[in-house]
Amino acid sequence: MIEIVDAARCTGCNICVRACPTNVFDIVPGSPPRIARQGDCQTCFMCELYCPEDALFVAPQVAPAPPGGFDDGPLLGNYRRAVGWGRERQSTASQDASYELLTRTH
Amino acid sequence: MTDNAGKNQRPPVTAADGAVQYEADVLVIGGGPAGAWAAISAAANGARVVLADKGFCGTSGATAPAGTALWYVPPDEDARDRAKASRFTLGGELAEPAWMDRVLEQTWTNAQQLAEWGYPFPIDESGEQRRTSLQGPEYMRLMRKRVREAKVRILDHSPALELLVDEQGAVAGAAGVDRQADETWVVRAGAVVIATGGCAFLSNALGCNVLTGDGQLMAAEVGAALSGMEFSNAYGLGPAFSSVTKSLFYKWATFYYQDGSAIPGAGSAQGRGVIARTLQSQPVLACLDRADEQIQAWMRTAQPNFFLPFDRLGIDPFKQHFPVTLRLEGTVRGTGGLHLVDQTCATSVEGLYAAGDAATRELICGGFTGGGSHNAAWAMSSGFWAGAGAAGYARSRGRAGLRGRLLRAGGAGLRDTGGSAPYDSDAVIRSVQQEVFPTQRNWTRQADLLDDSLARLDALWHRVRGAAPARSALAAVRAREAAAMLATSRWMYRSAQQRTETRGMHRRHEHAALDPAQRHRLLSGGLDEVWIDRLALSSATVRTEGVTT
Repeated sequence: MIEIVDAARCTGCNICVRACPTNVFDIVPGSPPRIARQGDCQTCFMCELYCPEDALFVAPQVAPAPPGGFDDGPLLGNYRRAVGWGRERQSTASQDASYELLTRTH
Repeated sequence: MTDNAGKNQRPPVTAADGAVQYEADVLVIGGGPAGAWAAISAAANGARVVLADKGFCGTSGATAPAGTALWYVPPDEDARDRAKASRFTLGGELAEPAWMDRVLEQTWTNAQQLAEWGYPFPIDESGEQRRTSLQGPEYMRLMRKRVREAKVRILDHSPALELLVDEQGAVAGAAGVDRQADETWVVRAGAVVIATGGCAFLSNALGCNVLTGDGQLMAAEVGAALSGMEFSNAYGLGPAFSSVTKSLFYKWATFYYQDGSAIPGAGSAQGRGVIARTLQSQPVLACLDRADEQIQAWMRTAQPNFFLPFDRLGIDPFKQHFPVTLRLEGTVRGTGGLHLVDQTCATSVEGLYAAGDAATRELICGGFTGGGSHNAAWAMSSGFWAGAGAAGYARSRGRAGLRGRLLRAGGAGLRDTGGSAPYDSDAVIRSVQQEVFPTQRNWTRQADLLDDSLARLDALWHRVRGAAPARSALAAVRAREAAAMLATSRWMYRSAQQRTETRGMHRRHEHAALDPAQRHRLLSGGLDEVWIDRLALSSATVRTEGVTT
């Protein structure tokens, strides 16, 4: 589930508010968006991909995290890097080796 | 087969209705791959198009976060014959060769179109593009771009709540709410395409929580028929703590009991029933310990999302044992959905078309899962045809139809039937989940448990219908999702009751074998009273019997 909107990285562009398919965020004028409906988060990680600043962190668990911090520093933005989205990166869809695996499952 | 609600209870749309009003030739409801292709295709046929998505066109639906294989086969007769035969027997011989041919051909064309639009298909050692899979975020970002370039008006975060019909009962638009602006909207349209996906009952399967059967509910309210709703018990396999129900890689897994011994017969495909049974009494662990280094490297590039949960928790899925679970993917990976009456993907109701997982996929994979490649091919093909079909219908109807009196066709959660309070949507959802999630009830069905569940589900439906309308348009969104899941569960189990055999994914405890006399479709529909009808396969299908296996 979505757990972190990193205030230090967030520029308030609110792209995540639009991109989230389950409408989890609310716009807060002059501040980073608020995680207003965490329970509706479907843990699809799409908000991370659409955040140009790598300011979001979706924990992999489908249940909310217990109170207490995350050691989130090294993980922010790692999914975006893996798919090759962002400035001066190239989509890794061109390296998709699914065809190698699919021919071995039949 | 008409709407149970009765036309006299349908209030008219007035000039004051809807903070925002649009007029279109074609309204597409749903912005996943099927909806996007439908919108592009309708626009290419000269239609003015509005696309309304519950979430955000580009991230909504099962495809964007998950990605998918694609049923992409070169136009080589042997290769296509093999492709058609591959799921024919598994699907209980309910697929139709003519539809398989059309989908293979259209998918071939559309994949070429994707390449021309710049989708970066991988290139193999011989320099050929390999087009048998699509990475979800990339594919759907591209589709959104193309929808916008086709001058389609996109309404994001704008769930449709009900269809609008003219006085003859033909579908002529929809009404809904923009949940971020908290404004209601009305779209008058010459034709409507339902592309809202299947129903996965909010099971947290990857990307599936927007897929609650909303379009099927709206369609049934105007009298549309569904087909194959007994083929609705697909369960996705994934880590127990996670939403990532991507099953392909479990071909390289071994499944273990907690004590570390392997579970005999357990597997991702044929052995999934063993996993289901074992999970009824104890945890099941998996380890991808049959993947060598080359396979592991390919996996990393094929599905980066598969590794997210593991990497973030510091689990090495190739070495460590991790708990797995099964999440109901209902009619997303199942094949049941709106019944189509012709090659334009028209439903049984005038002016209403269906595409993607909202429509039945029995036409290409019978009762066996449409998951992955077939559903992706179906979404782009049926979307393409439904968009063109809807544009043609709208043109033949002319603009006059848009100016007449329109009626609101919605029922549960929207209309005042004299109840004193609205129903508790979350409670309804939990009650439905209790009937459809347990593998004891839904993996293998049996008559007494189907009766037992249906008695409670029918009673619940009547309480929902007797309740007061939701207090606001925003509250109505969840109320309609709850009603849609409840309606879906009743079509599912009523169809499952009627199919007294085991065919495709539908398994009956007391009828463990296939019954050759039941090689027909089961149509269903209705809300206050659910009806089931048998439909013989088209003669073209029967003639090919024995050839395609």
